[in-house]
Amino acid sequence: MVRSRSSVQVLVGVLSLTLSAALATTSAGCDKLRGKKKKPAPSASPSASASPSPTPGGEGGTILIGEFGSMTGAEASFGESTHKGIELALEHINAKGGVLGKQLKLKSYDDAGNPEQATAVVTKLVTDDKVTAILGEVASNLSIAGGQVAQDSGTPMISPSSTNVQVTKDRDHVFRVCFIDPFQGFAMAKFTTETLKHTKAAILRDQTQSYSQGLADAFKDAYVKMGGSIVADESYSKGDKNFNSQLSKIKAAKPEVIFLPGYYSDVATIAKQARQLGLKLPLLGGDGWDSPELFQIGGQALDNTYFSNHYSHEEPRDAVKVFVGDFQKKFGIIPDGLAALGYDAAMLLADAMRRAGSTDKKAIRDAIASTKDFPGVTGTITIDAERNSQKPAVILKIEGGKASYVASVAPTP
Amino acid sequence: MTGTLKGLLPIAIGIAILFVFQAVGGPSMFGAYQEDALLVIGINIVLGLSLNIVNGFTGQFSIGHAGFMALGAYAGGAITYYGAIKLWGSYPPELPPGTGDLLFVVALVCAGLVAAGAGYLVGLPSLRLRGDYLAIVTLGFAEIIRIIITQTEPVLSKQEVSQHSTLSLFKYLGGKSIFDRIPRVTNFFWVYSVVLIVIVVCYRLKQSTHGRAMLSVRENEIAAEAMGVHTTRFKVRAFVMAAFFAGVAGGLYAMKLGNLDANRFDFQRSFESIVMVVLGGMGSISGVCLAAVLVTYAPYLLRDVGLDQYRMVIYSLSLVVLMVVRPQGLFGMHEAWTVFAGEAGRRRWQSFIGTPKRWYLGVRAYARKVVGT
Repeated sequence: MVRSRSSVQVLVGVLSLTLSAALATTSAGCDKLRGKKKKPAPSASPSASASPSPTPGGEGGTILIGEFGSMTGAEASFGESTHKGIELALEHINAKGGVLGKQLKLKSYDDAGNPEQATAVVTKLVTDDKVTAILGEVASNLSIAGGQVAQDSGTPMISPSSTNVQVTKDRDHVFRVCFIDPFQGFAMAKFTTETLKHTKAAILRDQTQSYSQGLADAFKDAYVKMGGSIVADESYSKGDKNFNSQLSKIKAAKPEVIFLPGYYSDVATIAKQARQLGLKLPLLGGDGWDSPELFQIGGQALDNTYFSNHYSHEEPRDAVKVFVGDFQKKFGIIPDGLAALGYDAAMLLADAMRRAGSTDKKAIRDAIASTKDFPGVTGTITIDAERNSQKPAVILKIEGGKASYVASVAPTP
Repeated sequence: MTGTLKGLLPIAIGIAILFVFQAVGGPSMFGAYQEDALLVIGINIVLGLSLNIVNGFTGQFSIGHAGFMALGAYAGGAITYYGAIKLWGSYPPELPPGTGDLLFVVALVCAGLVAAGAGYLVGLPSLRLRGDYLAIVTLGFAEIIRIIITQTEPVLSKQEVSQHSTLSLFKYLGGKSIFDRIPRVTNFFWVYSVVLIVIVVCYRLKQSTHGRAMLSVRENEIAAEAMGVHTTRFKVRAFVMAAFFAGVAGGLYAMKLGNLDANRFDFQRSFESIVMVVLGGMGSISGVCLAAVLVTYAPYLLRDVGLDQYRMVIYSLSLVVLMVVRPQGLFGMHEAWTVFAGEAGRRRWQSFIGTPKRWYLGVRAYARKVVGT
């Protein structure tokens, strides 16, 4: 008994010693990591350390760009589209002699729509492949997961199409070429009051999706400020099949338009049920509507509806015509908004590299941050102090199973 | 007394080794990418083993494990995020050495306790149910947790925190959007210390009176009841323990990733853990560990060899093949070191290597027949 007690005492002593020591050194280890992470910035890009001064039209070589996207999983079609856009952009850039006399090369990984994998692949891009910059993700949660790694390693990253406000917040190496969620709500509110001239709106939001909540709140704010009134604000959960009770309440409130900031599958069902209830008024939405499946499910019910988007392939601008033409030649399909944004992200990055005059990560970051009036396919892009892009939204009208361009809504200065 | 020693000694030695390993910078020699993989593997081992207590030892079919993990993740994340702001203004605190890790440990324990409390609440009424009914209740519970979390307000920034009382902070978990900027303090040492503790606890549990009682519930509930085992009580105990470790795993996960998306804790996440338990063998600790390593590391490995576009094909095919060849899981109810031991083990080994051989012979016979005619 005595023996075992003393051994237990020894054990407790050892345990407490190791624990306290562990506590002390793991925090030291943390700092070590932090210190180590800062270092790679100058040395991690081999091309930068090899030639600190730019060699315009030099001996060639390549600059490696990393891409992470959902090539498999639920959002695979998003990842595929974006990837095609980026591929086309690199082809265009390299055909014109590349950047700083070097060809751009793309290294892309699949994150399967999974934040853990996004963290892993961005870590791989930064530490194993030693890329100069990163392009990626569509879904905001993945951009945040990957963006944190990019931020910690001092690698500039441009997200083509993550619209959640938090993506670039407090991460000074993360940028985006799309507008943010609140802006879409603002654009729709502006379009409703100024073009459609309706002052009574109802909202039907998806309470489980931050995307839908963000758009709905922004629309509500802007609409009330512009003199409109929200007569009903109802919610549903993603995947619901029956919306009759919400729609009946909305009908009773007698709105002139309904704002539906959800994703296409739910929206199409809601549109059908609204029309069955005799609600013939215009329905409005955001870029979550942008999918061919919308028309397959919704059909005739979608007539007289509008949604905001990043781009329209029908927009009468030269940049759009060239992009759509070349994309069709290469892939045989009309590019969607995600492809256009992927294209713009890569083009903007190349432009920033040229302006930076080197492949130093810090210089590229600063060059991206100072982008002003960059002529993109999805509109003229200016990167603001929050690392978001200031650019117009496109409003599309659906009629006869087809979305066509109606107007562009610019951000008010 | 010797019992306590037997339990604590391996943990103490293991933690000491891990600590030295971390101190000399051992984990970073794998490279950041492999280290990341190791952390995820460790967290998944904890998840798999904790579910193994309910699904493996006690034989209850719980498919709501993601709910407990979500609770732990959000509780742990909130404690480090808000705790660090309240105590020091930001993370990591430079001044007193180790205090940041102390907060981390407190957060992990609280994460476990919150999840365990939920496990008790859910377990008490629902564990009188059996089979499919229990599965549905656990699934529903996990969904309720997820939906409640998605209703929380956006996370407060450093400046806003001071305007709110400490208790009201739990309303601001960023469920509608994303809980971002959680201090990323999880490292190799912490993950594998927890793995070690969980392995020892599971192993000792399996050998103990309580563990035997749980196993008896799995084998035959009516017989166990007849023998005087209070089945509901043991089911609840298993549930609470599993929930505790799942909560700790959630805490590790939150502080590894640095951001949380409530929609990631859906039933798919629960099924990832179930796959580990079923693949490893219901109740087999080493089997579940091995399965967790295989399932988690597969995408990393495939990416390295450039086959990651075939990930889903390979994953599903290997699951199908494994379930056909070893329907009881890799090690069945046994452990790695006992599965092929003794006379029964030898027979098991023969049938194990015999299966592909039988398949080969069958295919060859068929091919001969086709060629012959």
